[in-house]
Amino acid sequence: MRLHLLALLAKEPAHGYELKQALEQTFGSAYPSPNIGQIYVTLGRLEKDGLVRAVDVEQSNRPNKKVYYLTTKGREVLMTWVDEPTEGPRVRDEFFMKLVLAPLTGIADRMALINRQRRHYLSLMGDLNDLLSRTEPGDNVAVLLIEGAMLHLQADLDWLERCQEDLT
Amino acid sequence: MSPVLKTVHLVKIYSDGAVPVPAVRGVDLQVEPGEFVAIMGPSGSGKSSLVHMLGGLDTRTSGEIWLDGRRVDTLSESAWALLRRKKIGFVFQFFNLVANMTVADNVELPALLAGASPKEARERRESLLGALNLTERADAAPGQLSGGEQQRVALARALANQPSVLLADEPTGNLDSRNTRDVLRLLSDVHKQGQTIIMVTHDARVASLADRLVSLFDGEIVDDGRIARRRTGTAGEVIDLR
Ligand SMILES: Nc1ncnc2c1ncn2[C@@H]1O[C@H](COP(=O)(O)OP(=O)(O)OP(=O)(O)O)[C@@H](O)[C@H]1O
Ligand SMILES: [Mg+2]
Repeated sequence: MRLHLLALLAKEPAHGYELKQALEQTFGSAYPSPNIGQIYVTLGRLEKDGLVRAVDVEQSNRPNKKVYYLTTKGREVLMTWVDEPTEGPRVRDEFFMKLVLAPLTGIADRMALINRQRRHYLSLMGDLNDLLSRTEPGDNVAVLLIEGAMLHLQADLDWLERCQEDLT
Repeated sequence: MSPVLKTVHLVKIYSDGAVPVPAVRGVDLQVEPGEFVAIMGPSGSGKSSLVHMLGGLDTRTSGEIWLDGRRVDTLSESAWALLRRKKIGFVFQFFNLVANMTVADNVELPALLAGASPKEARERRESLLGALNLTERADAAPGQLSGGEQQRVALARALANQPSVLLADEPTGNLDSRNTRDVLRLLSDVHKQGQTIIMVTHDARVASLADRLVSLFDGEIVDDGRIARRRTGTAGEVIDLR
């Protein structure tokens, strides 16, 4: 989340709660609603690393609030992030480990594991379908995020089929 | 409740080549009225062979097929043809529309053959083409349509006679994501209205609409069970942004 917050602060200085709202507005229903505590913890670390600077702003009859600014160093880190190619997804699949290792112990057979996993993926896909139908069609960012998740899930299912063909 | 469709140890062996190919090897399947069953499995696992037999488009080698409480695997070809008009809607993996008829006529014909009045057939056609975003293509010939459009017309046609069972073999193979959305919505609407659906698909979005998943492998059912509905409602558990 560090870089997401830096990117938002590059647009304009903001306090923690505004950053939470900005994330929610940008990513819509598809984004797991960010925890405000986590945002403050992250901001604290960014400040310690010199990537953001906090300024106390006085408020009438309320405690001061901290407004965060991006520092020059923060901007450099953000530019590096934007400029470099992004890592692709890595196959570090928990299910695959289970599939390969579990039969060795004799506690499960692969066909049963694959069949159960397939139905589990379809149930997840059902949730994504529901989520998509509840999302405003004009909300491009949210829609694309959900479609991305669906395509990944489809790839997982295709892979499962390959595992079934070659490992059972 | 008696099943809409039932098979008893259904077998298909193709013996037209040098070696006989066992494509379906003893399938026992029972589908209740209103159920939506997805059939999945690797290429060559017998999915098309199975649904073709269920629709009477290919003969079984042995075993039984029951439709609406009546044994049908023993029917003559002409008796099957009659039954199909009334009771079965079929969407083929390689859609076959009547080339020299317009889209509108392709969709109306099955309803007329099943005994609907011209007015009913027209209304049904208008609503199906509308739902699949094809109203403007109604007067085109199938050859003038894209693959995805032809596939949607094939689906509209299969649903035109309000069949007891909709059998579909990969009905979304050629669709982009927007057209898939229209197809998904129509399928889920007709399913809610009680349409029984048996559908072969590799598309997880389509399969996830089903109540039940049947997995074929080497011509046999290796898994048959419900697809759980979780309804968590929170996006974070479904989409892990990492
Ligand atoms: N007309 C035929 N003559 C001989 N063999 C056939 C015939 N039709 C299918 N087969 C064989 O029967 C087996 C099952 O084929 P089928 O078409 O039912 O598979 P499928 O699961 O639908 O595959 P796909 O996902 O590729 O459509 C395959 O080995 C196939 O080669
Ligand atoms: Mg097939």
